[in-house]
Amino acid sequence: MESISNIVQYVPLQQYVIFCIALFCIGVVGVLIKRNALVIFMSIEMMLNAVNLLLVVFSVYHNDPAGQVFVFFVMLVAAAEVAIGLALLVLVYRHTHSIDVNFLNKLKW
Amino acid sequence: MNSIIVLAVLGMLTMFLGITNRKKWILPVIISGLVFALIANALEWNKNTHYYNDMLVVDNFSIAFNGVLFISTILVLMFASTYYRTVERPLEDVYALMIFSLVGGVCMTSFGNIVMLFIGIEILSICMYVLAGSKKFDLASNEASFKYFLTGSFSTGFLLLGIAFLYGATGTFDLVKMNTYIFLHANELPLYFNVGMLLVMVGLSFKLAIAPFHFWAPDVYHGSPTLITAFMATTVKIAGIAAFYKLFSSCFISVLPLWTTVLSVFAALTIIIGNVTAIYQTNMKRMLAYSSISHAGYLSLGILAMNNFSKNALLIYTLAYAVATITAFGIIILVRGSRNNDDINTFNGLAKTNPIMSFALTISMLSLTGIPPLAGFIGKYFIFTSAIESGYLWLVIIAILGSALSAVYYFKPVIAVYMKKGEWEPVVGTPSYKFIIILLIVLMFLIGIIPNTFVLL
Repeated sequence: MESISNIVQYVPLQQYVIFCIALFCIGVVGVLIKRNALVIFMSIEMMLNAVNLLLVVFSVYHNDPAGQVFVFFVMLVAAAEVAIGLALLVLVYRHTHSIDVNFLNKLKW
Repeated sequence: MNSIIVLAVLGMLTMFLGITNRKKWILPVIISGLVFALIANALEWNKNTHYYNDMLVVDNFSIAFNGVLFISTILVLMFASTYYRTVERPLEDVYALMIFSLVGGVCMTSFGNIVMLFIGIEILSICMYVLAGSKKFDLASNEASFKYFLTGSFSTGFLLLGIAFLYGATGTFDLVKMNTYIFLHANELPLYFNVGMLLVMVGLSFKLAIAPFHFWAPDVYHGSPTLITAFMATTVKIAGIAAFYKLFSSCFISVLPLWTTVLSVFAALTIIIGNVTAIYQTNMKRMLAYSSISHAGYLSLGILAMNNFSKNALLIYTLAYAVATITAFGIIILVRGSRNNDDINTFNGLAKTNPIMSFALTISMLSLTGIPPLAGFIGKYFIFTSAIESGYLWLVIIAILGSALSAVYYFKPVIAVYMKKGEWEPVVGTPSYKFIIILLIVLMFLIGIIPNTFVLL
C-alpha cells in the first residue's frame, strides 16, 4: 500500500506547475472574454482551483502539511465569495433582467 | 488581538440591537465600542505579542495603523446619522458589516503569516462587496458592487497564485521563516519565486487601486452609497497599504532589486494617470476616486523608500489623507442629501449661506493638494524626503509635478463654492454634524502644525 504522497510524486513537479498555470490561464481568459456572469463565476472558481491543486502539489513535494491546510481556507473563502456573488447577481438581474455583464454600463465617464 | 475580540463582539451586539429594533441606541453603542477597541488596541503598545504560532504578530506598526483605521471609522460613522436620516429601519446590517470589515483590516495590519493576510483581505473585501451594494434598489449601487465583486475576486485569484508560488519556492507561509529562507538562498531561488512575488504585488495593487489595476475604482466609488465610499476610500486603502508595507518589508527586503523596478513604474503610472484623468471629471465622487488613485501612487513611494523613516511617513500620510477625504465626503453627503446630485456644479454658490461647510471643503481640498500648514503637506513632505533618501529622485520629481497638477482639479470645487453663482438655502445637518466638521478642520490643522506628536514608530 503506497501512500498518496508517493503517488502524487510519480509526476514531476515541473509538469504539475505547467498544468496548473494552464488551468489558471484558461480561467483568466474565461473571465476576460465571456460576458455571461455565471460563466465568469465559473472561470473564477477555476482559477482558484488551479491554485488549490498547485498548493497541494507543493505541500507534497515540501513534505509540509501547511499547504494542504491553506487549501481549506481557500475553499472556504471561495464558497463565501460565490454566495455573495450570486446574491449580487440576483440584485442586478432584478433591474436588468439579464445576466450579461455588458448591461452594466451605467457608470462611465 | 484584543481589538479583534472587541470588534467581533461589537458587531454581534450591533445585530442584536437591530433585531430588538433599538434604533436610537445603535450609533452611540457602536461609536463607544470603537473607542473601547481603540483603547484596547493602544494597551498593547510596546508589548510585541505573538498569537497562535505567529499567525498574528501585534507590534507597534500594526497598533499605529489599527489606530488610524479605528479613528477614520469613527469619523465616518459620525456622518451616518446625517446620511441615513430619512431611513426608518435601524440599519444594523450596514453597521455590522462595517465593523466586521474592520476585523479584516486589523488582520491585514497585524498578520505574521501569509495565510492570515489572505484571510484578512477576504474578510475586508467580502464585507465591502455587500456594503457597496447596500442601496438595494439603486441600479448604480448594484452595478458598483457587482463590478467590485468581479474585479475583487479576479484579483484574489492572482494573489493566491502568487502565494502558492511563494510557498512552492520557500516551503513556508510564515513571514520570519520565509525571510530567513530568502536571505540564505538569495542567489538560488527558482524562477517561480519572482513570478510569485510579482503576482502578490499585482493582487495587492488591485485592492489598492494602483495603476494599471485601478480601472474599477472610479466606477465603484461613484456608484456606492456616499457614506460607504468614504469608508472604502479610507479603510481599504489604509489596511491595504499597511499590509503591503508589512509583507514587503518583512519578507522581500533582501531581494529589493527584483521588485522595486516594477513597483516604481507602477507608482509613476499611478501618479500620472490618477492626476491627469481627475482633471476631466465633472462628478465630485468620481474626482475623489481618481484623487484616491493618485494618493495610492504617493503611498507606494513610501513602500519603495523602505528606510527607517518610511513607516512614520506612511502613518502620517494615511492619517492626513483619511481626515481630508472624510471631510470632503462629509460635505458631499449633505449636498447630495438636499440636491440629490453630486456634480461639481451643484456646489455653485454654497459659500454665501453655508460658510462653515464651504470652509471645511476648502481646507480639505487644500490639504489633499498638499498646501502648508495643513496635514496633507506634512504627509507629502515626509513621504518625499524618505523616498529621496533612498534614491528615488526621479520618482519624487514626478510626484511633485503630479501634486502641482492636482491643484487644478482640487481647486474646481473651491472655485465653484466661492466664485460661481447659485441658489442655496442654509443646509442643516443633525446637531452633531457641525461639531464633527469643526473637529475635522481642527484635526487637519493640528496634524499639519504639530506633526511630531504623530511620529510614533
